[in-house]
Amino acid sequence: MTTFDIFQVVLFLGVLLVLVKPVGAYMAMAFSDTPNGVNRVGGKLERGLYRLAGVRSDEQMGWRRYAIAMLVFNMLGLFAVYALQRVQQWLPLNPQHFDALSPDLAMNTAISFASNTNWQAYGGESAMSYLTQMLGLAVQNFLSAATGIAVLLAVVRGFTRRSTDSVGNFWVDMTRSTLYVLLPFSLVIALLLSSQGVVQNFKAYVDVPLVQHTTAVETVKDAAGNTVKDASGKDVTKQTTVTTQTLPMGPAASQIAIKQLGTNGGGFFNANSAHPYENPTPFSNFIEMLAIFLIPGGLCYTFGSMVGDRRQGWAILATMLLIFIPLALGAIAAEQAGNPALHGLAVDQQASALQAGGNMEGKETRFGIAASGLFATVTTAASCGAVNAMHDSLTPLGGLVPMWLMQLGEVIFGGVGSGLYGMLAFAVVAVFIAGLMVGRTPEYLGKKIEAHEMKMASLAVLVPCALVVICTAIAVMTPAGVAGVANPGAHGFSEVLYAVSSAANNNGSAFGGLSANTPFWNVLLGVCMYLSRFLLAIAMLAMAGSLAAKRHVPPSAGTLPTHTPLFITLLACVVVVVGALTFLPALALGPIAEFLMSVR
Amino acid sequence: MGKLIRSAVVMLLLMTVITGVAYPLVVTGVAQVLFPSQANGSLIAKDGKPIGSTLIGQSFDDPKYFWGRPSATAPQPNNAASSSGSNLGPTNPALTDAVKQRIDALHAADPGNTSPVPVDLVTASGSGLDPEISPAAAAYQVGRVAKARGLSESQVQAMVSMATTGRQFGMLGEPRVNVLKLNLALDGR
Repeated sequence: MTTFDIFQVVLFLGVLLVLVKPVGAYMAMAFSDTPNGVNRVGGKLERGLYRLAGVRSDEQMGWRRYAIAMLVFNMLGLFAVYALQRVQQWLPLNPQHFDALSPDLAMNTAISFASNTNWQAYGGESAMSYLTQMLGLAVQNFLSAATGIAVLLAVVRGFTRRSTDSVGNFWVDMTRSTLYVLLPFSLVIALLLSSQGVVQNFKAYVDVPLVQHTTAVETVKDAAGNTVKDASGKDVTKQTTVTTQTLPMGPAASQIAIKQLGTNGGGFFNANSAHPYENPTPFSNFIEMLAIFLIPGGLCYTFGSMVGDRRQGWAILATMLLIFIPLALGAIAAEQAGNPALHGLAVDQQASALQAGGNMEGKETRFGIAASGLFATVTTAASCGAVNAMHDSLTPLGGLVPMWLMQLGEVIFGGVGSGLYGMLAFAVVAVFIAGLMVGRTPEYLGKKIEAHEMKMASLAVLVPCALVVICTAIAVMTPAGVAGVANPGAHGFSEVLYAVSSAANNNGSAFGGLSANTPFWNVLLGVCMYLSRFLLAIAMLAMAGSLAAKRHVPPSAGTLPTHTPLFITLLACVVVVVGALTFLPALALGPIAEFLMSVR
Repeated sequence: MGKLIRSAVVMLLLMTVITGVAYPLVVTGVAQVLFPSQANGSLIAKDGKPIGSTLIGQSFDDPKYFWGRPSATAPQPNNAASSSGSNLGPTNPALTDAVKQRIDALHAADPGNTSPVPVDLVTASGSGLDPEISPAAAAYQVGRVAKARGLSESQVQAMVSMATTGRQFGMLGEPRVNVLKLNLALDGR
């Protein structure tokens, strides 16, 4: 690892930490009911929306009503995205005349965007019309992120409210998150990205002449669509000379801004943030990484401020960093070390003033090793899933880090809102374990943690774990599951494990070699994404409801303080131990086996 | 429940208008005024017609041109209508074979060059459209291009320097050479 690699991590986290407090304080203001600068400016629009939708903003919802509003709203969004994909061929803003997507692919994509996963079994520039991207995908980018924040706010109210059955109003939380946080931040980010070269227009694709003509090689297919084979059993290919290049266009910057900020991750183009029109410069890359952590990081501060003890928020943030930093450095070091398979060849993988060196397969020159390795860690620590390098081509250990970060349950920053409520579930488990050690009823933030809370927290922790393990087993035991695998050996297993880990933790990144656009994979991963997202949210809302009904317990001599280095260490250990115990056997068959084979 | 569904439908429509229509239109409007070139694809124009984009790499294998990053797009390399990486795993023999073939092609075009090949010149980029190579990868090719064009190495080196960008703000990303810009300059365009 070079000093430049380390400097990139320090610079990134430094800028992030400077922004956490102002962004967190702003969000605390934006979500509150008391008159303030934010609702003075936006209050009129906000109230107008409530009036049109027939929403009473002063209505307080119990957790069940809150959950139902959340589920209905997200289900409608899901239907809208599905419908748009199925009829896009008849709608405007489709200059490339893309046809309707298949039902299973459209369903997978609709669930994917409604659940903030943004797994993509399609290629944006070769399948989706501008209208579908704008009205379907981008809208869900906003609303799924706003839903995550709303559920988090309800969970935090469970801790702050006393002896009540209400956890807030879903419509108010969702609207404020969208109007006051996601929209203005996205606007700024979109313009910054556009200044760097991210396209933003409604033009048809542009054809340009190639300086040097090139050759397209395609397999020949018969009338039935099967590849034609020659006498020796090889595919017959046809060569054609290509003289032009078709440059994709579209309203990309606006969508990419919210894709990063809302930890969505669904690329406008197939290559996602590796595409030069989606992430053209190192500065755009820095903005995109920062956008991923901005809200999850800031929400830690918002949380501390809402519970009236900012140290609680800083403690959660410190726990996240404690796990994030070594994993980021580890991934970068693994990539910088290069690919041992190329050692015998006349290839220079050494870093120098003239090149980044390292494992450059699947990486872009402008990002090199440091900005690619850091992006891969950031996007999987948070449940973003945007990629600026192809994760399938990462070294075994460099690929293990993103995979394991997802398997930890997307709580190291995690999704917008959902990362923090996931981490609060782990915090509840941590105080419970501490309580068992000393034989006292555990408390967290002044609330007694009892059987019901533990059941819900355990559900939240175990549902994604169970989905990953069970669905990976189903996939590797089914011919239809194995059929999609592209790479041989242990790496092929990693492709399957990565895909299921990504879907069942609502990340959305992929080991892209896996051919996932088949009915089997579309359905399996669709089910994973939906169950994980909404079962977790419901469990956490149920916990919030039961917590809100409790009285406040003043801290006593026997209360475990939850802002100390001791608790930070304990919480980090719980997260790591659950992740390690559940997934080490599976990881041993995939990336660890591949690593041992590669060093021999 | 009926009232809830009505609220949900209206709210979804209103949010769609705000985030799905107004927001992208505002961004488009502002970007087209402030950054017209960038927002329209950073196109290189010649006599008013676009002849490429500074951000999208093209494919070269003629010895007189600098070659860019290998591209794994289908059916032809650098197919901008279908971006993609190779997705070959690090231990996949197909990756090692592809790298060997690329080394052989470079050697065939420049038999006298025995220095090790910079890794980015023999590994496929993430997007399949990477417009740039490392300065090391450009330096590796200077001798071959100079010979093929009957230029001196220092002349070619000077053009490489003109197409080279350092780290952004001195601290972000990697130094790099834009291949299309360089080749257009070599052709005198």
